Amino acid sequence: MTEAAQATSSVDSRPLLSVEGLHKYFPAATSRFRRNERFIHAVDGVNFTLAKGESLGLVGESGCGKTTTGKMLVRLVDPTGGHVIFDDGVGEPTDIATLHGKPLKEFRRHAQMVFQDPYDSMNPRRTIFDTIAEPLQVQQVGSLVDRIDRVTEMLALVGLTPPRAFLFRFPHELSGGQRQRVAIARALIVEPSFVVADEPTSMLDVSVRTGVMRLMADLAAGLGISYLYITHDLAVARYMCSRIAVMYLGKIVEIGDTEEILRSPQHPYTRALLSAVPVPDPTVKRPPVMIEGGVSTVVNPPAQCRFYARCPLADDYCKTNDHPPLEHKGQEQIVACYKA
Amino acid sequence: MSGAPLLAVEDLTLHYATRAGEVCAVDGVSLTIEKGQALGLVGESGCGKSSLALALLRLQPDNAQILSGKVLLDGVDLVSLSDEAMRAYRWNRIAMVFQSAMNALDPVYRVGDQIIEALEQHVPSARKQLIERVQELYDLVNLDHSFIARYPHEYSGGMKQRAIIAMALACEPDLIIADEPTTALDVIVQDHILREFGNIRRELNMSMLYISHDMAVIAEVSDVVAVMYAGKIVEYGTAEEVFTRPIHPYTQALMSAFPSVTGEKHELATLGGEPPNPLGLPPGCHFHPRCPFATDICAEQEPPTVRRGEHWADCWNPPEEQGDD
Ligand SMILES: Nc1ncnc2c1ncn2[C@@H]1O[C@H](COP(=O)(O)OP(=O)(O)OP(=O)(O)O)[C@@H](O)[C@H]1O
Ligand SMILES: Nc1ncnc2c1ncn2[C@@H]1O[C@H](COP(=O)(O)OP(=O)(O)OP(=O)(O)O)[C@@H](O)[C@H]1O
Ligand code: SF4
Ligand code: SF4
Ligand SMILES: [Mg+2]
Ligand SMILES: [Mg+2]
Repeated sequence: MTEAAQATSSVDSRPLLSVEGLHKYFPAATSRFRRNERFIHAVDGVNFTLAKGESLGLVGESGCGKTTTGKMLVRLVDPTGGHVIFDDGVGEPTDIATLHGKPLKEFRRHAQMVFQDPYDSMNPRRTIFDTIAEPLQVQQVGSLVDRIDRVTEMLALVGLTPPRAFLFRFPHELSGGQRQRVAIARALIVEPSFVVADEPTSMLDVSVRTGVMRLMADLAAGLGISYLYITHDLAVARYMCSRIAVMYLGKIVEIGDTEEILRSPQHPYTRALLSAVPVPDPTVKRPPVMIEGGVSTVVNPPAQCRFYARCPLADDYCKTNDHPPLEHKGQEQIVACYKA
Repeated sequence: MSGAPLLAVEDLTLHYATRAGEVCAVDGVSLTIEKGQALGLVGESGCGKSSLALALLRLQPDNAQILSGKVLLDGVDLVSLSDEAMRAYRWNRIAMVFQSAMNALDPVYRVGDQIIEALEQHVPSARKQLIERVQELYDLVNLDHSFIARYPHEYSGGMKQRAIIAMALACEPDLIIADEPTTALDVIVQDHILREFGNIRRELNMSMLYISHDMAVIAEVSDVVAVMYAGKIVEYGTAEEVFTRPIHPYTQALMSAFPSVTGEKHELATLGGEPPNPLGLPPGCHFHPRCPFATDICAEQEPPTVRRGEHWADCWNPPEEQGDD
């Protein structure tokens, strides 16, 4: 087992998902005629575990590989390398990364994804009812009447009331936040084992968002649904996730207990991230952020620490050594930095 | 700031026809934005923010109807312009960062070409100069130049958002409408972009309508704030007034429910009750079924406007005016 995997073994002795050495490279050149030697290292050796009923937050810079990681867990993107061991305690543990055919189809029943952009994840010609009921239809759950009941109930739970005002409308006839809630309702209606939720509440105002977060948390507690919760909103991560993983250019640079990380972030990137959280008070002028925004793509990166070019603590040791390994720094905090 | 405002919306009403019935999305909205001013627009999901924004550009969907009102830009009423004349205003004078990348980027064209196309109509120039301009814009939003020649599906969610921001800034419009422009950005990139945005706006005296659910971002970017509930603007004032001395009970609820990453972890507050039914808004004050201060009259008659200087709200039972302390 990897270091990251060991750190969470106290949460549950048998994790639902164990992600080991996960990679995804995309070709970087656009030429169709030359063989590609340059690759975007979108996800570059990621390890973590997800326990049954657990929510792991995944935060990090825009473009660092969060969505790609999430899509590999539900096999909407094929990994370049690595393993994703799925073990629901019922069937045999299986490696999702290499599944094909019927077993892959079987696996898909357990996994759902809430897409980052609720606009491009829905068929514009299907009504809201059809959209939400689709996973039920695919899995042939219940009669039409049952399905209408279930969909109506889900609509009410995500705050789309009265449900009859929404059932037979089309996705483009909804506001951004309403559509986002349709996506959540669709993912949760089949009571999956785990859900990759990619910025699922990013367009919701506080009060609606709190309701949706409660619903998701209740389902985690009641049905044991696990979430990989991708978000840039650290306050949301605080309320939804017992642990968070911080990603930077394809690598997890810090992972651990949420409160511990928020209280004492160890990695320089995590520290910068926390210092940049805006405050809801127009009279407060926040000090400038510790690091500048950078260009968030890595094409054939050098061996050294991924954060080297922007790190305020970087020195010669960082420059001449490989990217630092993840090591224990706190109780449950694991950090990849020579200086932490 | 004085003189005629850049934008004046007067009594704008927009309805949608749906299979379930008529949806009143914008209900007699009036507001102004001065030259160089940033107006933050906040409100519950579905309250009509995007509908209002799209109507300003005359980009409302086919099933929408503007029932009444004017949208005056420098005194010209956009609602009554011909389609042809309206096209000259889009991008050049008013640009928009759409809530969804899908509405703005065409999946079959390279992103750079799409920005170049918008630029070309504004200032026809040699391709080399146009590309240089796109490179400048990409630097501004922290995107690698190699992405100029890439397709939208090769961008991450936040990269698409940044490309759209670059596109909106390309033609240096008088007014930029940004609808949840940073929902996919981490706080460091967001911070960088909002600062760059601020610099450009100051330099060009550009006005902005900024829609967001993120009250902290609203607090940072807005000069004035408008709060929308069920199709109506229910409160308006300087950012400082609205944040520190909110009048409307809905605004008060918005302010108190904000979760924080520091300090004690509090139980999250929610607004009780159900969001308003878009097909049948309650009579009187639309907020009355959820309002802790509601009295009988609130359910019967539309609330009056309470004014405290430039700061106003529509409410029957506003809190006592606080003295300065
Ligand atoms: N094309 C349409 N046809 C019918 N109804 C629509 C259409 N577009 C939006 N609506 C409805 O109009 C109301 C206002 O929608 P709008 O998109 O303006 O909300 P919003 O304030 O931008 O919300 P959000 O913060 O969730 O994006 C909602 O009830 C929505 O369902
Ligand atoms: N289909 C693709 N083809 C080529 N490159 C891709 C593709 N999908 C993603 N990438 C690249 O992989 C990297 C990671 O993208 P990803 O979408 O996983 O980022 P993210 O962390 O989700 O970012 P955001 O927070 O902005 O959504 C980016 O550099 C992106 O350009
Ligand atoms: S290893 Fe060095 S460069 Fe990398 S984050 Fe730590 S201090 Fe910075
Ligand atoms: S008018 Fe009445 S119901 Fe409406 S916000 Fe004021 S007190 Fe509440
Ligand atoms: Mg993403
Ligand atoms: Mg909207």
